[in-house]
Amino acid sequence: MIAFVLQRLWQAVIVMLAISLLVFVGVFAIGNPIDVVLSPDATQQIREETIRAYGFDQPLWRQYLAFLDRLAHGDFGRSFLFNMPVLQLIGSRLPATLELTLTAVIGATVIGVPLGMYAGYRPDGALSKIIMAISVLGFSVPTFWIGLVLIFTFAVTLGWLPAGGRGETARAFGVDWSCLTLGGWRHLILPAINLALFKFAMMVRLARAGTRELMLSDTVKFARAAGESEGVILRRHVLRLISIPIVTVFGLEFGSTLAFAVVTETIFSWPGVGKLIIDSISSLDRPVMVAYLMLVACLFIAINLLVDLAQAALDPRLRGARA
Amino acid sequence: MNETGLSRFWADFAQNRVAVVALAVVALVMATALAAPLIAPQNPYDLATLQLSDARRPPGHVSALTGLHYWLGTDAQGRDLLSAILYGLRISVMIGAAAGAIAFALGATLGAFAAYVGGRTEALLMRVIDLQLSFPAILLALVLAAVLGQGKAQLVTALVTAQYAYFARTAHGAAKAERNKEYVEAALSTPLPAWRVVFRHILPNAMPPLIVVATVQIANAIALEATLSFLGLGLPVSEPSLGMLIANGFQYMLSGRYWISIYPGVALIVLIVAINIVGDQIRDQLNPRLQR
Repeated sequence: MIAFVLQRLWQAVIVMLAISLLVFVGVFAIGNPIDVVLSPDATQQIREETIRAYGFDQPLWRQYLAFLDRLAHGDFGRSFLFNMPVLQLIGSRLPATLELTLTAVIGATVIGVPLGMYAGYRPDGALSKIIMAISVLGFSVPTFWIGLVLIFTFAVTLGWLPAGGRGETARAFGVDWSCLTLGGWRHLILPAINLALFKFAMMVRLARAGTRELMLSDTVKFARAAGESEGVILRRHVLRLISIPIVTVFGLEFGSTLAFAVVTETIFSWPGVGKLIIDSISSLDRPVMVAYLMLVACLFIAINLLVDLAQAALDPRLRGARA
Repeated sequence: MNETGLSRFWADFAQNRVAVVALAVVALVMATALAAPLIAPQNPYDLATLQLSDARRPPGHVSALTGLHYWLGTDAQGRDLLSAILYGLRISVMIGAAAGAIAFALGATLGAFAAYVGGRTEALLMRVIDLQLSFPAILLALVLAAVLGQGKAQLVTALVTAQYAYFARTAHGAAKAERNKEYVEAALSTPLPAWRVVFRHILPNAMPPLIVVATVQIANAIALEATLSFLGLGLPVSEPSLGMLIANGFQYMLSGRYWISIYPGVALIVLIVAINIVGDQIRDQLNPRLQR
């Protein structure tokens, strides 16, 4: 088992290095960052000094090594645009994204699972058909479009909720949170629904498929024979058994929800990390792009590693097979 | 699939009314998209024909200058939205189909090749593909579109890179199952070259699941293209796709001029949902576990 863990860790390091190279070369290919840092009327001397200060005169492989060296020291550079350390910048935007993502994923699960269970329990009921129709829409309609419709309906036409921004925030643990104030909630609710709809559709499908299978299983037959009510069966047996795949997906999907947050944050001007990356792409703010991509890659590799290790711990057959 | 197999397949397909309607919608949209230059009232890319005085007119407005009837209104440049939507659909469909076809060819070849050679090459290839699948396609496409810049070829490259892995995964699974069957053994025992066995024997038999993936992925490619264009990372502004029309209309939506965003969006959704319904039906028909 220790050999397996070490091997997986080693693989993760190799992948991380490969990604750092791809990110570095890829990002290097976009535009000339000097134009972003300097005003067009800067003198030739200032221009050359800046190029030297940022190391742009060095060959690419040297810049890459210097870049790796800085990464190893936890230094992701300074944002060209905000002129502050990138990690600090991303750190200041992260709470907004986490708050939005968590609200969306938890909301999707808490609402999606019971509805999915109902649709699996009564597959032919009218309500089940409506639930499934909503989940088909949630799956196939692009996120950005749902966002527009939400804004048009609830912000422009009805005027009930604000169309963008974060609203009032309250401080807790040294960070600003929208979910602690009423105004913040009013701002949070539309983007959260927007982000949640895809996950909601997924949770409904998972819960429905699991429930449909389980209702025919011996577990449910015996529980019925023992005289338990349908509600108790659903809560005590079915919910418990379908929760295993749901928890797995919940974890895996958390990462991809962060990716979708890019779209939602742009539409609702939510000042999180996703909006930051889109802004940095359009303004060629290279250090921010590189740091964001490296952090996201790191997150996904960590999730994959954890899933692999968890599976290996649960199923001894996998330890040798995929090595 | 032979003649009777195909007609049986169609008979099964026709059982589902919704799927038949969806298929008709897909065909209609494709046809209008291809015929856009013939049926559109205006060439929306020809700046000379656009009247700025007709900008942001509501649906049903009749131009005072040209007498053109703007059935769906006009956008901020004075483009007839109906024409812009038809041309935008054309771009979306072409990009989606091109990306889907290239990703299909690339992924299927790679997956079938991996299943054929086996051993360490297979393990390495599939490991890379698995890794890529664990990344969200939208993030990958976003980064690539930003790195490669604007343009149709760049956009298709970004979409293909984000999507080929799905085909490779599916082709690998299906080809792996075929690999050990007797007819493949028989073909391999003849002096046929390996590529011929892969392309003429293994891949055709691995086709059904790939077709299902293809329908879903074409719809995804169209949605992804629209999303990228909406974020300003897709096509150049001079030839707006549906995503860009929606993005351009977004700022006017807040002042109540809904039509610039809403109508292109409706066209987009109808197309994507219709393709997905057709894909769902084909998947159900090809799924052996649902066969009675």
